[in-house]
Amino acid sequence: MSTNDDSQWPLWEVFTQSETGAAHQHAGSVRAVDPEMALQNARDVFGRRGPVLSIWVVPSSAITATRPSDTGPFFDPADDKVYRHSSFYKGPTGIKSQNSEA
Amino acid sequence: MVTNEQMRPALFEYLLCLGDDMLVLGHRLSEWCGHAPIIEEDIALANIALDCIGQGAALLRLAGHVEGKGRTDDALVYFRDPMDFKNAELVEQPNGDFGFTIARQFLFDAFSYHLYEALSKSGHTELAAIATKAFKEISYHLRHSSEWTRRLGDGTAESHARIQNAFDELWPLTDELFAADESETVLVGAGVAANRESLKPAWDGTVNEVLKSATLARPQEDGVKLHTRNGGPVRRHSEHLGRMLAEMQSLARAYPEAEW
Repeated sequence: MSTNDDSQWPLWEVFTQSETGAAHQHAGSVRAVDPEMALQNARDVFGRRGPVLSIWVVPSSAITATRPSDTGPFFDPADDKVYRHSSFYKGPTGIKSQNSEA
Repeated sequence: MVTNEQMRPALFEYLLCLGDDMLVLGHRLSEWCGHAPIIEEDIALANIALDCIGQGAALLRLAGHVEGKGRTDDALVYFRDPMDFKNAELVEQPNGDFGFTIARQFLFDAFSYHLYEALSKSGHTELAAIATKAFKEISYHLRHSSEWTRRLGDGTAESHARIQNAFDELWPLTDELFAADESETVLVGAGVAANRESLKPAWDGTVNEVLKSATLARPQEDGVKLHTRNGGPVRRHSEHLGRMLAEMQSLARAYPEAEW
Protein backbone atom coordinates (compact mmCIF):
# COMPACT_ATOMS: atom_id res chain seq x y z
CA MET A 1 0.00 0.00 0.00
CA SER A 2 1.30 3.44 -0.82
CA THR A 3 0.56 6.35 1.42
CA ASN A 4 0.57 9.98 0.51
CA ASP A 5 1.06 11.49 3.92
CA ASP A 6 3.91 13.74 2.84
CA SER A 7 3.53 16.77 0.60
CA GLN A 8 4.23 14.80 -2.57
CA TRP A 9 1.73 14.16 -5.33
CA PRO A 10 0.50 10.59 -5.79
CA LEU A 11 2.92 8.08 -7.29
CA TRP A 12 2.28 6.29 -10.61
CA GLU A 13 4.06 3.28 -12.07
CA VAL A 14 4.99 3.66 -15.74
CA PHE A 15 5.01 0.86 -18.32
CA THR A 16 6.28 1.42 -21.84
CA GLN A 17 6.00 -0.66 -25.00
CA SER A 18 8.90 -0.41 -27.42
CA GLU A 19 7.54 -2.37 -30.39
CA THR A 20 4.23 -3.64 -31.67
CA GLY A 21 3.17 -6.81 -29.89
CA ALA A 22 5.86 -6.54 -27.22
CA ALA A 23 4.85 -6.61 -23.58
CA HIS A 24 4.71 -3.30 -21.74
CA GLN A 25 7.70 -3.16 -19.42
CA HIS A 26 8.08 -1.32 -16.17
CA ALA A 27 10.12 1.81 -16.82
CA GLY A 28 9.95 3.56 -13.47
CA SER A 29 7.61 5.87 -11.63
CA VAL A 30 6.46 9.50 -11.71
CA ARG A 31 4.42 11.78 -9.47
CA ALA A 32 1.32 13.51 -10.79
CA VAL A 33 -2.07 14.78 -9.63
CA ASP A 34 -4.19 12.81 -12.09
CA PRO A 35 -4.01 10.20 -14.89
CA GLU A 36 -3.57 12.65 -17.79
CA MET A 37 -0.72 14.47 -16.07
CA ALA A 38 0.82 11.15 -15.07
CA LEU A 39 0.76 10.15 -18.74
CA GLN A 40 2.37 13.42 -19.82
CA ASN A 41 5.04 13.18 -17.13
CA ALA A 42 5.72 9.58 -18.10
CA ARG A 43 6.08 10.64 -21.72
CA ASP A 44 8.56 13.35 -20.79
CA VAL A 45 10.58 11.28 -18.35
CA PHE A 46 10.60 7.87 -20.06
CA GLY A 47 9.43 8.41 -23.63
CA ARG A 48 11.91 10.94 -24.92
CA ARG A 49 14.77 8.59 -25.70
CA GLY A 50 14.40 5.53 -27.85
CA PRO A 51 11.23 4.27 -29.46
CA VAL A 52 8.04 4.15 -27.41
CA LEU A 53 4.74 3.14 -29.00
CA SER A 54 2.53 3.08 -25.96
CA ILE A 55 2.58 4.06 -22.32
CA TRP A 56 0.51 2.78 -19.41
CA VAL A 57 0.36 4.55 -16.07
CA VAL A 58 -1.04 2.82 -13.01
CA PRO A 59 -1.52 4.31 -9.56
CA SER A 60 1.18 2.72 -7.41
CA SER A 61 -1.49 2.26 -4.73
CA ALA A 62 -3.33 -0.13 -7.08
CA ILE A 63 -0.44 -2.58 -7.06
CA THR A 64 -0.41 -5.41 -4.55
CA ALA A 65 3.07 -6.80 -4.13
CA THR A 66 4.72 -9.64 -2.27
CA ARG A 67 6.67 -8.81 0.87
CA PRO A 68 10.31 -9.72 1.35
CA SER A 69 9.17 -12.24 4.00
CA ASP A 70 7.07 -13.98 1.33
CA THR A 71 10.12 -14.85 -0.73
CA GLY A 72 10.75 -18.27 0.79
CA PRO A 73 7.20 -19.68 0.78
CA PHE A 74 6.30 -18.07 -2.55
CA PHE A 75 9.31 -18.77 -4.68
CA ASP A 76 11.71 -21.36 -3.23
CA PRO A 77 9.54 -24.41 -4.04
CA ALA A 78 10.12 -23.77 -7.75
CA ASP A 79 13.88 -24.24 -7.33
CA ASP A 80 14.06 -27.99 -6.81
CA LYS A 81 11.50 -29.17 -9.36
CA VAL A 82 13.41 -29.26 -12.61
CA TYR A 83 10.58 -31.15 -14.30
CA ARG A 84 8.58 -27.90 -14.28
CA HIS A 85 10.90 -26.53 -16.96
CA SER A 86 10.53 -27.63 -20.56
CA SER A 87 14.28 -28.04 -20.79
CA PHE A 88 13.93 -31.06 -18.46
CA TYR A 89 12.33 -33.06 -21.29
CA LYS A 90 14.18 -34.41 -24.28
CA GLY A 91 12.52 -33.90 -27.63
CA PRO A 92 12.23 -36.80 -30.07
CA THR A 93 15.38 -37.35 -32.08
CA GLY A 94 15.36 -35.72 -35.51
CA ILE A 95 13.21 -32.77 -34.35
CA LYS A 96 14.99 -29.47 -34.08
CA SER A 97 14.34 -27.65 -30.87
CA GLN A 98 12.81 -24.21 -31.22
CA ASN A 99 15.80 -22.61 -29.58
CA SER A 100 18.26 -23.90 -32.15
CA GLU A 101 16.17 -22.64 -35.04
CA ALA A 102 16.54 -18.95 -34.28
CA MET B 1 4.34 37.04 -60.71
CA VAL B 2 7.01 37.49 -58.08
CA THR B 3 10.30 35.82 -58.85
CA ASN B 4 12.33 33.89 -56.29
CA GLU B 5 15.04 36.52 -56.45
CA GLN B 6 12.56 39.29 -55.66
CA MET B 7 11.17 37.26 -52.82
CA ARG B 8 14.54 36.59 -51.25
CA PRO B 9 14.73 39.58 -48.83
CA ALA B 10 11.12 39.10 -47.74
CA LEU B 11 11.64 35.39 -47.19
CA PHE B 12 14.77 36.06 -45.16
CA GLU B 13 12.84 38.47 -42.91
CA TYR B 14 9.97 36.02 -42.60
CA LEU B 15 12.23 33.15 -41.59
CA LEU B 16 13.87 35.41 -39.00
CA CYS B 17 10.40 36.15 -37.59
CA LEU B 18 9.54 32.48 -37.32
CA GLY B 19 12.96 31.40 -36.09
CA ASP B 20 13.36 34.18 -33.52
CA ASP B 21 9.96 33.42 -31.96
CA MET B 22 11.03 29.83 -31.36
CA LEU B 23 14.59 30.64 -30.30
CA VAL B 24 13.59 33.31 -27.76
CA LEU B 25 10.75 31.26 -26.30
CA GLY B 26 13.02 28.21 -26.12
CA HIS B 27 15.65 30.21 -24.26
CA ARG B 28 13.07 31.54 -21.81
CA LEU B 29 11.86 27.99 -21.11
CA SER B 30 15.43 26.78 -20.64
CA GLU B 31 15.71 29.26 -17.75
CA TRP B 32 13.37 26.96 -15.81
CA CYS B 33 15.92 24.16 -15.89
CA GLY B 34 16.57 23.19 -12.28
CA HIS B 35 13.84 25.54 -10.97
CA ALA B 36 10.52 23.91 -11.93
CA PRO B 37 8.04 22.93 -9.19
CA ILE B 38 8.73 19.19 -9.56
CA ILE B 39 11.38 17.14 -11.32
CA GLU B 40 8.89 15.78 -13.88
CA GLU B 41 7.87 19.30 -14.90
CA ASP B 42 11.49 20.39 -14.96
CA ILE B 43 12.13 17.70 -17.56
CA ALA B 44 8.94 18.57 -19.46
CA LEU B 45 9.88 22.26 -19.74
CA ALA B 46 13.44 21.39 -20.75
CA ASN B 47 12.07 19.05 -23.45
CA ILE B 48 9.82 21.78 -24.80
CA ALA B 49 12.70 24.27 -24.65
CA LEU B 50 14.85 21.90 -26.72
CA ASP B 51 12.05 21.44 -29.26
CA CYS B 52 11.70 25.20 -29.64
CA ILE B 53 15.43 25.83 -29.90
CA GLY B 54 15.71 23.01 -32.45
CA GLN B 55 12.92 24.54 -34.54
CA GLY B 56 14.50 27.97 -34.21
CA ALA B 57 17.89 26.64 -35.31
CA ALA B 58 16.41 24.93 -38.37
CA LEU B 59 14.52 28.07 -39.39
CA LEU B 60 17.52 30.35 -38.86
CA ARG B 61 19.79 27.96 -40.76
CA LEU B 62 17.36 28.19 -43.66
CA ALA B 63 17.26 31.98 -43.24
CA GLY B 64 21.04 32.06 -43.57
CA HIS B 65 20.89 30.02 -46.79
CA VAL B 66 18.17 32.25 -48.21
CA GLU B 67 20.11 35.38 -47.34
CA GLY B 68 23.09 33.95 -49.21
CA LYS B 69 25.79 35.86 -47.32
CA GLY B 70 27.26 32.86 -45.57
CA ARG B 71 25.70 33.56 -42.15
CA THR B 72 25.16 30.39 -40.14
CA ASP B 73 22.40 29.88 -37.58
CA ASP B 74 24.97 30.53 -34.84
CA ALA B 75 25.96 33.82 -36.48
CA LEU B 76 22.33 34.90 -36.57
CA VAL B 77 21.69 33.81 -32.98
CA TYR B 78 24.80 35.18 -31.29
CA PHE B 79 25.84 38.15 -33.38
CA ARG B 80 22.68 40.12 -34.00
CA ASP B 81 21.69 42.94 -31.64
CA PRO B 82 18.30 43.13 -29.90
CA MET B 83 16.72 45.52 -32.40
CA ASP B 84 17.51 43.11 -35.23
CA PHE B 85 15.53 40.32 -33.59
CA LYS B 86 12.10 39.80 -35.15
CA ASN B 87 10.36 37.83 -32.42
CA ALA B 88 7.01 38.82 -30.98
CA GLU B 89 7.05 40.63 -27.64
CA LEU B 90 4.94 37.86 -26.13
CA VAL B 91 7.71 35.25 -26.21
CA GLU B 92 10.42 37.48 -24.72
CA GLN B 93 8.44 38.18 -21.54
CA PRO B 94 10.25 36.95 -18.42
CA ASN B 95 9.03 33.67 -16.95
CA GLY B 96 7.30 35.09 -13.88
CA ASP B 97 5.71 32.35 -11.78
CA PHE B 98 4.84 28.91 -13.17
CA GLY B 99 1.30 30.06 -14.06
CA PHE B 100 2.68 33.02 -16.02
CA THR B 101 4.99 30.73 -17.99
CA ILE B 102 2.09 28.37 -18.73
CA ALA B 103 -0.19 31.22 -19.85
CA ARG B 104 2.52 32.63 -22.14
CA GLN B 105 3.17 29.15 -23.52
CA PHE B 106 -0.49 28.36 -24.07
CA LEU B 107 -1.23 31.62 -25.92
CA PHE B 108 1.76 31.03 -28.19
CA ASP B 109 1.19 27.26 -28.64
CA ALA B 110 -2.41 27.88 -29.71
CA PHE B 111 -1.07 30.31 -32.31
CA SER B 112 1.86 28.24 -33.56
CA TYR B 113 -0.30 25.10 -33.71
CA HIS B 114 -2.48 26.68 -36.38
CA LEU B 115 0.43 28.55 -38.01
CA TYR B 116 2.60 25.47 -38.48
CA GLU B 117 -0.31 23.37 -39.63
CA ALA B 118 -0.73 25.93 -42.41
CA LEU B 119 3.02 26.21 -43.07
CA SER B 120 3.34 22.45 -43.52
CA LYS B 121 1.50 23.08 -46.81
CA SER B 122 3.82 25.95 -47.82
CA GLY B 123 4.94 26.08 -51.43
CA HIS B 124 8.51 26.44 -50.14
CA THR B 125 9.72 22.86 -49.83
CA GLU B 126 12.28 23.30 -47.05
CA LEU B 127 9.96 25.47 -44.98
CA ALA B 128 7.15 22.94 -45.40
CA ALA B 129 9.48 20.15 -44.22
CA ILE B 130 10.56 22.07 -41.12
CA ALA B 131 6.94 22.97 -40.38
CA THR B 132 5.75 19.38 -40.72
CA LYS B 133 8.27 18.20 -38.14
CA ALA B 134 7.60 21.17 -35.87
CA PHE B 135 3.84 20.69 -36.03
CA LYS B 136 4.12 17.29 -34.32
CA GLU B 137 6.17 18.79 -31.50
CA ILE B 138 3.90 21.80 -31.16
CA SER B 139 0.84 19.54 -30.95
CA TYR B 140 2.33 18.08 -27.79
CA HIS B 141 3.31 21.50 -26.44
CA LEU B 142 -0.27 22.65 -26.85
CA ARG B 143 -1.58 19.59 -25.06
CA HIS B 144 0.85 20.18 -22.20
CA SER B 145 0.07 23.89 -21.79
CA SER B 146 -3.71 23.34 -22.23
CA GLU B 147 -3.82 20.71 -19.51
CA TRP B 148 -1.84 22.89 -17.13
CA THR B 149 -4.07 25.88 -17.91
CA ARG B 150 -7.11 23.78 -16.97
CA ARG B 151 -5.56 22.54 -13.77
CA LEU B 152 -4.31 25.92 -12.59
CA GLY B 153 -7.51 27.69 -13.63
CA ASP B 154 -9.79 25.10 -12.11
CA GLY B 155 -7.44 24.43 -9.21
CA THR B 156 -7.15 26.39 -5.97
CA ALA B 157 -8.27 29.99 -5.47
CA GLU B 158 -4.63 31.03 -5.56
CA SER B 159 -3.69 29.15 -8.74
CA HIS B 160 -6.84 30.51 -10.42
CA ALA B 161 -6.05 34.10 -9.44
CA ARG B 162 -2.42 33.81 -10.55
CA ILE B 163 -3.06 32.38 -14.00
CA GLN B 164 -6.02 34.71 -14.64
CA ASN B 165 -3.73 37.59 -13.80
CA ALA B 166 -1.12 36.22 -16.21
CA PHE B 167 -3.65 35.98 -19.05
CA ASP B 168 -4.84 39.52 -18.34
CA GLU B 169 -1.29 40.81 -18.44
CA LEU B 170 -0.22 38.94 -21.58
CA TRP B 171 -3.40 39.43 -23.57
CA PRO B 172 -2.50 42.79 -25.23
CA LEU B 173 0.65 41.14 -26.64
CA THR B 174 -1.34 38.58 -28.64
CA ASP B 175 -2.52 41.08 -31.29
CA GLU B 176 0.96 41.23 -32.71
CA LEU B 177 0.87 37.54 -33.60
CA PHE B 178 -1.79 38.16 -36.24
CA ALA B 179 -0.37 41.27 -37.91
CA ALA B 180 1.68 40.91 -41.08
CA ASP B 181 3.73 43.57 -42.79
CA GLU B 182 3.80 44.25 -46.52
CA SER B 183 6.67 41.94 -47.40
CA GLU B 184 4.97 39.07 -45.63
CA THR B 185 1.78 39.74 -47.58
CA VAL B 186 3.78 39.23 -50.78
CA LEU B 187 4.91 35.83 -49.49
CA VAL B 188 1.34 34.91 -48.61
CA GLY B 189 0.31 35.76 -52.17
CA ALA B 190 3.08 33.52 -53.48
CA GLY B 191 1.86 30.58 -51.38
CA VAL B 192 5.02 30.57 -49.23
CA ALA B 193 3.84 32.17 -45.98
CA ALA B 194 0.64 31.58 -44.03
CA ASN B 195 -1.91 34.35 -43.73
CA ARG B 196 -1.69 35.32 -40.05
CA GLU B 197 -4.97 37.14 -39.98
CA SER B 198 -6.83 34.09 -41.25
CA LEU B 199 -5.52 32.08 -38.27
CA LYS B 200 -7.31 34.29 -35.75
CA PRO B 201 -10.71 32.51 -35.74
CA ALA B 202 -9.04 29.12 -35.20
CA TRP B 203 -6.88 30.58 -32.42
CA ASP B 204 -9.96 32.17 -30.84
CA GLY B 205 -11.69 28.81 -30.91
CA THR B 206 -8.80 26.97 -29.26
CA VAL B 207 -8.22 29.65 -26.63
CA ASN B 208 -11.91 30.12 -25.80
CA GLU B 209 -12.47 26.39 -25.38
CA VAL B 210 -9.54 25.92 -22.99
CA LEU B 211 -10.19 29.11 -20.99
CA LYS B 212 -13.81 28.08 -20.55
CA SER B 213 -12.97 24.58 -19.35
CA ALA B 214 -10.38 26.16 -17.04
CA THR B 215 -13.10 28.43 -15.55
CA LEU B 216 -11.02 31.42 -16.67
CA ALA B 217 -12.33 34.63 -18.20
CA ARG B 218 -11.18 35.72 -21.63
CA PRO B 219 -9.60 39.13 -21.05
CA GLN B 220 -11.41 42.13 -22.52
CA GLU B 221 -10.25 43.36 -25.91
CA ASP B 222 -9.19 46.93 -25.51
CA GLY B 223 -9.67 47.64 -29.19
CA VAL B 224 -6.37 49.47 -29.43
CA LYS B 225 -3.77 47.56 -31.37
CA LEU B 226 -0.67 48.88 -29.69
CA HIS B 227 1.59 46.09 -30.78
CA THR B 228 1.77 45.16 -34.42
CA ARG B 229 4.33 42.90 -35.96
CA ASN B 230 6.72 44.95 -38.06
CA GLY B 231 4.19 47.72 -37.57
CA GLY B 232 6.72 50.50 -37.80
CA PRO B 233 10.17 51.20 -39.18
CA VAL B 234 11.74 49.94 -35.95
CA ARG B 235 10.60 46.67 -34.51
CA ARG B 236 9.28 46.98 -30.98
CA HIS B 237 10.75 45.01 -28.15
CA SER B 238 10.30 45.26 -24.43
CA GLU B 239 13.24 46.05 -22.18
CA HIS B 240 13.49 42.34 -21.38
CA LEU B 241 14.90 41.08 -24.69
CA GLY B 242 18.19 42.97 -24.39
CA ARG B 243 18.92 41.47 -21.00
CA MET B 244 18.04 38.01 -22.15
CA LEU B 245 20.26 38.26 -25.21
CA ALA B 246 23.12 39.77 -23.20
CA GLU B 247 23.23 36.59 -21.17
CA MET B 248 22.56 34.25 -24.10
CA GLN B 249 25.21 35.83 -26.34
CA SER B 250 27.92 36.64 -23.80
CA LEU B 251 29.92 33.43 -24.13
CA ALA B 252 29.87 33.33 -27.93
CA ARG B 253 30.90 36.99 -28.06
CA ALA B 254 33.70 36.58 -25.55
CA TYR B 255 35.06 33.53 -27.39
CA PRO B 256 33.85 33.94 -31.00
CA GLU B 257 35.55 30.82 -32.37
CA ALA B 258 34.87 28.61 -29.37
CA GLU B 259 33.33 25.18 -29.88
CA TRP B 260 31.43 23.31 -27.23
